[in-house]
Amino acid sequence: MRKITPYLFLIVPLAMYIVWVLLPIFQTVIVSFTRWDGMTKMRFVGFQNYVQLFRDRYFVLSFTNNLKWMVGFVLLSIPLGLLFALLMDQRFPGHRVYKTLVYLPMALSFVVIGQIWSWILEPTGGIVNTFLRWMGLSNLARSWLSDPKVVTYSLIWAALWRQIPYAMVLFLAGLQNVNRERVEAAMVDGANAFQRFWYIILPELRPAMVVAVTVNIIDSLRAFDIVYVMTRGGPYYSSSVMANYMYIQAFHNYRMGYGAAIAVIQFLITLVFILTYVLNVMRREEREI
Amino acid sequence: MRTRRKKWLYALLFYVCCTFIAVLWMIPFLVAMFTAFKTIDEVFMLRNFWAPPRTWTLENFKIAWKEGKMSRYFVNTLWVTSISVSGTLFLSSLAAFALSWYDFKMKKPILMIFVAGMLIPFQMLLIPVYKFSVVTGLYDTLTGVILFHIAFQLGFCTFFLRNFMITIPSSLFDAARIDGAGAFTIYVKIIMPLMKPAVAALAILEFTWIWNDYLWSLILLQSDIKKTVTIGLTTFQGQWISSWNIIAAGSLLVASVPVVVFLLFQSYFIKGLTFGGIKG
Repeated sequence: MRKITPYLFLIVPLAMYIVWVLLPIFQTVIVSFTRWDGMTKMRFVGFQNYVQLFRDRYFVLSFTNNLKWMVGFVLLSIPLGLLFALLMDQRFPGHRVYKTLVYLPMALSFVVIGQIWSWILEPTGGIVNTFLRWMGLSNLARSWLSDPKVVTYSLIWAALWRQIPYAMVLFLAGLQNVNRERVEAAMVDGANAFQRFWYIILPELRPAMVVAVTVNIIDSLRAFDIVYVMTRGGPYYSSSVMANYMYIQAFHNYRMGYGAAIAVIQFLITLVFILTYVLNVMRREEREI
Repeated sequence: MRTRRKKWLYALLFYVCCTFIAVLWMIPFLVAMFTAFKTIDEVFMLRNFWAPPRTWTLENFKIAWKEGKMSRYFVNTLWVTSISVSGTLFLSSLAAFALSWYDFKMKKPILMIFVAGMLIPFQMLLIPVYKFSVVTGLYDTLTGVILFHIAFQLGFCTFFLRNFMITIPSSLFDAARIDGAGAFTIYVKIIMPLMKPAVAALAILEFTWIWNDYLWSLILLQSDIKKTVTIGLTTFQGQWISSWNIIAAGSLLVASVPVVVFLLFQSYFIKGLTFGGIKG
């Protein structure tokens, strides 16, 4: 009797998880080896979809754009998130109000974020171009969302509005665990602010850093909503990312097999980072037991 | 004397930097706000999205709410969100209970599957979940969306609740067991009352995530009367192509609910984010 008790508690949640999450993962892998429009019979084609993917310049473009997202997230959201966290961790009166204001984008849907940013980046009356012209830099003003050269960066910029506060939250939590006595001892020993940060605070932030970097990379590989809402991946796929290309292939062009293959590639790349994260969690687990 | 001056300088630096950041971060909100209160003439004639309206009007909100059917989308979304959040919290607390207090063979693999699943790219699930919904008749029903949300969020919620549950001293659990209490009684009477803060934090997070969901409504719903707010908002773009004032009003309506929830329960929200250590 004792033995089955945990399983009784687990049976419903686990069953639902299997039906909607676990089985679909395997099904997608199977579909990726077929040619299928979603309605008629599936035809097994082996690795054909994958071979085709590597020749598909729009897929390669989407993949490259994902790399840009990744670099953008890691190089901007991590340092800026850390900087904001260090700044707002100085608890002068009012620090809570500042935090609330910066956090606010985290409560918004990407659909709303995308909508708002398309007005900000609007070429004629948007605030970005207006500001540039006012500064006398009109040659820098562009059509942020229809110029293939800059569109991906514009989307990353919009996403960072929400991503930086998120990194900031993770670092603020990490800063709570920093040993204040060691920081003060260093101050007594005459270490300046930068030395205190570099030699004492930063090493203690390591766990928070690992989480923040992993999460940012995973998020950059998952990016979909903001791309789909703001540009649908256009113009001419120039801002497409893997998630968006998969959706278009599978649900607009009814190439389910091809879409599934894109999903599998996206999944395999993400898996490396998911495993990093899971192993991290599990190691923490072992220490606790 | 010197240190006091230094402290004063530090404070000044803090306020200058923070104010700069906060203003920068608020600009997008202001742009949306200004646009939402403008008349259509002003939007078309001046095309300056950054300037405050010359004449403020509430008309856009009325149009978005009534003609834009935002009212309908609100009802749908509230239904989906509240049922999904309660369902996933209940089921994940059951799972977390089993994974915290019992030792059994599959414990570790099950836990690992829950943790890994929450990070999976949605694209990996789209095709089978869509097909499953069509086959079972769940396609284009709010129930279909609700069931998916419950199932998917189980991963994160179980992980989260378990992390909190294992901090409860096991003597409480053992004592109740010695007194002869059944497992379900212990779950209801001993463990869950202690879980209130964790459940509250999780509820706030899940509420905003599910309210803001876009992709799954896009995949699993079709008819206009079943749309959720985010999908509803994107149909605004087709309906009022360049009436940006109305789209802005719609955006603010969609954003209002999670923003209010966030402002009311900010500490829960942030605790949830950091305690879960992941997702966003």
